Amino acid sequence: MTQSTATGQTVSTPKSRQSALANARYKKESALKSNIGLTVYLILLILPIYWLVNMSFKTNQEILGALTFFPADFTLANYKQILTDPSWYNGYINSMTYVAMNMTISLLVALPAAYAFSRYKFVGDKHLFFWLLTNKMAPPAVFALPFFQLYSSIGLFDTHIAVALAHCLFNVALAVWILEGFMSGVPIEIDETAYIDGYKFWNFFIKIYIPLIRSGIGVTAFFLFMFSWIELLLARTLTATNAQPIQAIMTRTAGASGIDWGLLAAAGVLTILPGILVIYFVRNHVAKGFALGRT
Amino acid sequence: MNWMVWTMPTAGFFSGIALLLAGMTVWQYFSPSVERKGFLPIVTTRGDRLFIGLLTSAYLHLGIIGFTEFHVLVATALSVIWIAILMRWG
Amino acid sequence: MNKIESNKGWLFVLPVFIVVAFSAVIPLMTVVNYSVQDVFDANTRFFTGTEWYRDMLNNPQLQGALIRQFIFSFTILAIEVPLGILVALMMPKKGWQASLALVLVSLPLLIPLNVVGTIWQVFTRTDIGLMGWGIRELGYAYNISRNSGDAWATIILMDVWHWTPLIALLCYSGLRAIPEAYYQAARIDQASRWAVFRFIQLPKLINVLVIGVLIRFMDSFMIYAEPFVLTGGGPGSSTTFLSQALTAMAIGQFDLGPAAAFSIIYFLIILAVSFVFYTTIMHMQKDKTTSKSGE
Repeated sequence: MTQSTATGQTVSTPKSRQSALANARYKKESALKSNIGLTVYLILLILPIYWLVNMSFKTNQEILGALTFFPADFTLANYKQILTDPSWYNGYINSMTYVAMNMTISLLVALPAAYAFSRYKFVGDKHLFFWLLTNKMAPPAVFALPFFQLYSSIGLFDTHIAVALAHCLFNVALAVWILEGFMSGVPIEIDETAYIDGYKFWNFFIKIYIPLIRSGIGVTAFFLFMFSWIELLLARTLTATNAQPIQAIMTRTAGASGIDWGLLAAAGVLTILPGILVIYFVRNHVAKGFALGRT
Repeated sequence: MNWMVWTMPTAGFFSGIALLLAGMTVWQYFSPSVERKGFLPIVTTRGDRLFIGLLTSAYLHLGIIGFTEFHVLVATALSVIWIAILMRWG
Repeated sequence: MNKIESNKGWLFVLPVFIVVAFSAVIPLMTVVNYSVQDVFDANTRFFTGTEWYRDMLNNPQLQGALIRQFIFSFTILAIEVPLGILVALMMPKKGWQASLALVLVSLPLLIPLNVVGTIWQVFTRTDIGLMGWGIRELGYAYNISRNSGDAWATIILMDVWHWTPLIALLCYSGLRAIPEAYYQAARIDQASRWAVFRFIQLPKLINVLVIGVLIRFMDSFMIYAEPFVLTGGGPGSSTTFLSQALTAMAIGQFDLGPAAAFSIIYFLIILAVSFVFYTTIMHMQKDKTTSKSGE
């Protein structure tokens, strides 16, 4: 990591500065074009989300009455209903609980494994790696039913840990895959020097190695959060009431008298917020991202 | 275990796979496989060839079960021959 | 990097092995067991041998879903990969603009799958949705519950909206890893924008693109919640993909035997496609490194 940033910064020689000036105009023009293109893309990207946010602040009469770009009759009633009713907000707590559990388990088991794949050659390593990947390929629809029976038979049905373990199916593989890329980018000399200095393995691993691949762990955490947070099928199949995720609770908005659009929109907006928080925390790591090893 | 609804044929199948993997590991331990290029378009090790053999055999079974009137054991017999060829010359 | 040849690696991999074996091998075995029986409950069951497989392979609905699935997966890859690269090239390199662009681009990725469906359901409704209403105003009789062409276009648009950011993020981090010196060399050579892309940026992007395309292929091949919420698989079964067909059979009708046989076939297809893809790419990379060291 230190190496790649160093080469990135220390190479601005006088010669290159000259040519940079010559190309400044060309660069400015293409930058303008990029900015316009990107702005258009971002607007199109935000528009559907904006529409949901817009709707969440409206009353149902207004939603069904006329198409308005801003809520004419601004209301927080939809949010109030969700945030004061435990059967609603528990859904968010449940979702976040199993996502957090899943991230912890996945990272704990994947870190040593990724280290082994990046450092050691052992019997069956390549096949094991591909086998892990096949679990990312397994459609949740295939596993929903056996999972239901497995967790029912060991008494874990409708618990957070059941969903967390089920999500390990695809997340552990992904974590190993991403981390292995980052770890392969760390020179093996670092390990060797640490051993010569008398470090015990776990000491070295926790105190030196893990800080070195911080960004890798950040990026991995981002993807673990993402795939666990957005998954619906397994989370819904493995829970009933105690650990029911918000995504499943949302279907309640479809009542006998039609869909409660305002409430649905507000619930949807609230599922986006944790994601924004996560992106904000890892944004710098994502930029450095998959730079190590894989490029 | 009751909920897993085991049957003799499937139990046999999985034991077979497990034995095969164990055998391959022992074989690999005592005489490590070298990568080589046979009639397959890629360089393979023993394990790769076994995997490719098993995967193609699965397709062979599906083809014979789904689209011909032959008994499934015909597919199995053909698969065994195919895997043997693949392991030796693949 | 030279790896150490040591079976100590297995020790590190063991935790992953246990977790994944628990959540993958046991369910997979169960699926296989189900696929050869007609199960009413754990004690009332009949051995059916290969019957379910024959039924499933000759089931026209599933064949239809499979063909639609392939068309869908390849269409979205063909759109998302170039678009993702383009977006990554347009994104600012540093400063607050970069952070803002990163956060906005990542936003769709962190939205739960069924909420994505909900967003687009709301957005494309002709009475209360901006897009549906807008297209109607333009004079086209847009109707996703009647016209299968509209339904297809909308689902593809939704997937492109949702997942192009993943490719863009991966490419963005790949681009950041290119040392500035490369660009300076290109400027000295008066290289065109296209030449810079073709000979400097694209080769560096290949590795991250591999990750992106593999993840996108696997995930799009098991798409479930988004079309389910948006179109319910209709009109007719024109947008019913494999996971939805499977879930309807397993959880909806509780036809466990046929659903299990179908699962196995489904899994074998993903396994084969991904294996071919993975092997091809790994060998391409290996050829590249060996030819380099041979020079």
